Amino acid sequence: MNLAFKDIQHNLGRFVLTAIGIGMLLMIVMGMGGIYRGIIEDATLLVERVDADLWVVQRETRGPFAELSRVPPTLVHRVAAVPGVRSSREFIYHTIQRERFGKPLRIAVLGLDWPTDQGDWLPLVAGRSLRKAHYEMVADRSLQMKLGEKVKLGKETFTVVGITGSMISASGDGLAFFTAADAQAIQFDSPGEAVRLERAARESRGEANDLIARQPSLLENASRPTSQLPAVASSQISAVMVKLSPGSNVETVKSIISGWGDVSVFTSEGQKELLLRGTVEKARRQIGMFRVLLTAIAAIIMALILYTLTLDKIHSIALLKLIGASNAVILGLILQQAIVLGVVGYAIAYLLGSQLFPHFPRRVILANADLVQLAVVVVIISVGSSLMGIWKALQVSPNEALT
Amino acid sequence: MSESAPPPPAIVATKLSKRYGSGNTEVMAMQDASMTVASGEIVALLGPSGSGKSTFLTAIGLINPPNAGTIAIGGTPVLDGETARVNLRSFRRQHIGYVFQKSNLIPFLSAIENVQIAMQLGGMSRRTSRTRALELMDYLGVADRADNLPSMLSGGQQQRVAVARALANRPSVILADEPTAALDGHRGRQVMELFAKVAHEQGSAVIVVTHDHRSLDVFDTTYEMEDGIITKQLGNSLDDFRDLNQDANF
Repeated sequence: MNLAFKDIQHNLGRFVLTAIGIGMLLMIVMGMGGIYRGIIEDATLLVERVDADLWVVQRETRGPFAELSRVPPTLVHRVAAVPGVRSSREFIYHTIQRERFGKPLRIAVLGLDWPTDQGDWLPLVAGRSLRKAHYEMVADRSLQMKLGEKVKLGKETFTVVGITGSMISASGDGLAFFTAADAQAIQFDSPGEAVRLERAARESRGEANDLIARQPSLLENASRPTSQLPAVASSQISAVMVKLSPGSNVETVKSIISGWGDVSVFTSEGQKELLLRGTVEKARRQIGMFRVLLTAIAAIIMALILYTLTLDKIHSIALLKLIGASNAVILGLILQQAIVLGVVGYAIAYLLGSQLFPHFPRRVILANADLVQLAVVVVIISVGSSLMGIWKALQVSPNEALT
Repeated sequence: MSESAPPPPAIVATKLSKRYGSGNTEVMAMQDASMTVASGEIVALLGPSGSGKSTFLTAIGLINPPNAGTIAIGGTPVLDGETARVNLRSFRRQHIGYVFQKSNLIPFLSAIENVQIAMQLGGMSRRTSRTRALELMDYLGVADRADNLPSMLSGGQQQRVAVARALANRPSVILADEPTAALDGHRGRQVMELFAKVAHEQGSAVIVVTHDHRSLDVFDTTYEMEDGIITKQLGNSLDDFRDLNQDANF
């Protein structure tokens, strides 16, 4: 006769409510672990998906994710000429915030090196990759845009031609993919008034210049677009992504490019390390510590619940002792209930979490390793938290059955 | 021709004393109380409230050891003062059955499971224990309530289930503290007669603490206790009953 199950059966309503309470508590612990895992996954996802062996960024910066990096577009050709490099691509990356349906919409803009890179590597869940040099975009599902939707960014209107799944930036914003030129146009878009003011300022500066005084026709340049002015630098890109030829030595190529005075080079692993140790480190540690705290709170609450459940049947325990039940029987009664409560609570946590977490704004990833780890922790908590109840039960005198 | 030695008495309690508290608050609940009960003998222990009957019964029942005195059950020394000579819990399970004023059933077990648990704790199989539990419950008239929880039984039915549990392991000693308090006169008498039957047919020693004078005729011996001291030992004769009924204390 299993006394633990008999007691649960007798107090089924209370047990179910208690298990739901513990389950929801464990769901939060589970969710914290999922958010922690999601932050790590999101941070490194882009670096993994773009499939680059090396990242060439502005000298002495940890760009383009951990901090701002600006390199000239010509760097792409310089890198391509290095022995062992199979291909090099522009990487343009910045975040914009616009208003959509009255709500702020944050978009992580990523420029693809058209026509070399049309985004065929993107994990599309609908539509297609880019087919035109301009005015097309591929948006992540998290941005909640529809296929064929027209989106106005800057002065241009872009058509959503593809939808990706789970393409999130390190800060949790959905990624949108454009051609590099479009991405730069979005980044450097200025309102008409600002352009007019800039031209007026140029004319004003030009009039004061000796050269203009000698050749007034040069002043006509002041009204041309910035990109057409030879004296002004053209739009910068964030980084250059490098893919090596098969058999090439990463360290050799890296040391060659690192020798240039204007750039720094990181491997993909190095980029991931920068992201995890830099951008997301504090968030990761904060959530990690919060998770430990929640686990401790769950343990305390479970201990109190199990202690109360034991107190509720202390008379029965005294009676069992009176009629000769061994300590093993008493211990089994409390311990089995604790473990059943923990296991059922865990199952409820998993079921609820599986339904709720996909609706969270940021990804919550329930990794198998984390689930197994939490299951072990729950069993340890269940056993540990029942100790107080067991201690109380072993202390009770059979005499108390008579009171 | 050699004569075999007579079996030892089922219970030999010698000079049991129990005090509660200390200093000014010390109360002597039982003092030098002695009793010998043979196997197959049914004994009544009478006395006013607070006279130490329950203290004496729980001491013999190995629940509440005395501060002084010795207890031997079936010839085995089990308590010497507060010192246990055997594993008390195991000894209780094997040799002693209890019935109390309150039925003291486990609320989350059905009536039959309350009887079975006593047997299963001793290692009896589920099937065997169920068969015996049903037999006992049938005998006590509660077999039809076997699968009901205690909360669904009347006080009398609960008490009969408690009696069945006490008898389940065929104990050599049965201790009952006011077992008929929750029963009507007829049922109370039935229970007392059942104890007498168990004592005489199974050879168990039965001690019953009772206030119910209507059933005193079923007892082989009657003890009277007052202020923690066993004051009288009466036989089962009409004169003795007459003496008892004249005692204002009862």
